[in-house]
Amino acid sequence: MTVGIGHYLTLSAILFTLGIFGIFLNRRNVIVILMSIELLLLAANLNFVAFSATLHDLVGQVFALFVLTVAAAEAAIGLAILVVFFRNRGTIAVEDVNMMKG
Amino acid sequence: MTMDLLSSLSLSTPELILAVGAMVLLMVGAYSRGNSSTAVTGLAVAILALAAVWILVAQAHGTAFAGAYVQDDFSVFMKVLTLAGSAFTLIMYVGFAKVERFDNFEYPVLVMLSTLGMMVMISANSLLALYLGFELQSLALYVVAAINRESARSSEAGLKYFVLGALGTGMMLYGISLTYGYTGSIDFAKVAAAVTGERQLGALFGLIFILAGLTFKISAVPFHMWTPDVYEGAPTPITAFFAVSPKVATMALILRVTMDAFAPAASEWQQIIVFISIASMVLGSFAAIGQRNFKRMMAYSSIGHMGFCLVGLAADSEAGIRGVVIYMLIYVAMTLGTFAFIIAMRRKEGQVERIDDLAGCASTNPWMATILTILLFSLAGIPPLAGFWAKWYVFLAAINSGLYALAVIGVLTSVVAAFYYLRIIKIMWFDETAGGFLPMAGELRFVFGLSGAFVLFYVLIGGPISTYAEAAARSFF
Repeated sequence: MTVGIGHYLTLSAILFTLGIFGIFLNRRNVIVILMSIELLLLAANLNFVAFSATLHDLVGQVFALFVLTVAAAEAAIGLAILVVFFRNRGTIAVEDVNMMKG
Repeated sequence: MTMDLLSSLSLSTPELILAVGAMVLLMVGAYSRGNSSTAVTGLAVAILALAAVWILVAQAHGTAFAGAYVQDDFSVFMKVLTLAGSAFTLIMYVGFAKVERFDNFEYPVLVMLSTLGMMVMISANSLLALYLGFELQSLALYVVAAINRESARSSEAGLKYFVLGALGTGMMLYGISLTYGYTGSIDFAKVAAAVTGERQLGALFGLIFILAGLTFKISAVPFHMWTPDVYEGAPTPITAFFAVSPKVATMALILRVTMDAFAPAASEWQQIIVFISIASMVLGSFAAIGQRNFKRMMAYSSIGHMGFCLVGLAADSEAGIRGVVIYMLIYVAMTLGTFAFIIAMRRKEGQVERIDDLAGCASTNPWMATILTILLFSLAGIPPLAGFWAKWYVFLAAINSGLYALAVIGVLTSVVAAFYYLRIIKIMWFDETAGGFLPMAGELRFVFGLSGAFVLFYVLIGGPISTYAEAAARSFF
């Protein structure tokens, strides 16, 4: 059996779904949410590289490199905000992110 | 090759001004001793104004960077509007920072970087430019929401905005990857050419995911969850910035994606936009009724306004796009004025932001109350104020495109929305006084008065504005 574009797309769809569910079903820790966000970006990157190989077009791989760079910046900013939040509240549990409601 | 690069750079001079300016100001702030916040903010406003003047004077048109960047009448209009929104919110920030002893020079620099991202978004002509501009804007906005490090509410607002924003970006990126895969290109023109062929389910899935990510930033239902919390938690001048510039830029990007890249699939995205528009108008008008916090109420009000604005896009016609452009201009003017008032809601014991605190302020601060009344009438869409004309253009376009149900729902929800604006007016003019506010600071008075005058005299200046908006709308046809 050869591994075709369909397999890659299925894998990335599974990763993407895992990421979405990780954000919404997780009730414990904000760090897990950050990991889920990385999964989302990973799923998109897998798509880009797989399509790039299938289409014989380099643009997808260039795009994937840009995504990697931006994802690193995004993770850094997310962790920085998390540290500030922890200093103020002394917790990073998801159920404690609840000062404002409505 | 070098000639290409040179002409590309000269076309994107306004962006370069902002990028270099932001880096210089960062250095100025980092190396100056003591309080540099006011100086950096002033310089930032000057640089934003310089970029806007450059755009207006140069009137350069064309594409650059191998077609990834486009400058036309539409981007000129939207860029100047974005720059003006950012500059006015920075002006409102100066006095607030002084009295709150809230002093960091990073804020104006981050606003400039974010505005740079918005300008790239407005000029985006390929999916890569779209993504990079969008991320530059978003990353700066996440930090800005959490910038008050001592406040638990501000950092909670930042965290919520970051998590939901990153989710939106992830969905958008997934959509971009699908669009690239099924159309074979990231260029808007080539995407449009590929979509014209047989209807491809893959590319349409891509469009849906991209629209999900974009509607997140204009806080349209069903991606509005972050809006009330971020509006309430962030410091008020920063909330004003959130309410103005990102919405203009993202609305411009939505127009580019739908009218350029996916123009041939209009019948498909029209249904999505109609749904989002109706949901936003309904939620924006009903959920705001129960709010007690003025900033939170403005959050729901902005959700509703984005719904009204999307009515123009749903019409999918030149008149509709003109309506969207005019709506964004008037929305920016009304929102800036209202937030200038909220920043000025200050007593001896400090800042207040509940609606009940407005009670009887007509007797203690008659001028403030009068102008706010004008702004609220305009937000409610009562003629002959500006807000009425904004709604008039989009609803007229919807009716001319045969979207009668959408227009009727729009008018009905704007009647419901009028209730909570009018309730504030009633509280101000007819309730027992709750103790007035301190006099408004000079720069707030400037923004507030300007906004009030614009809204009141829109009938007189509406003609030329409409001509510009028409030219902007023609860029798509």
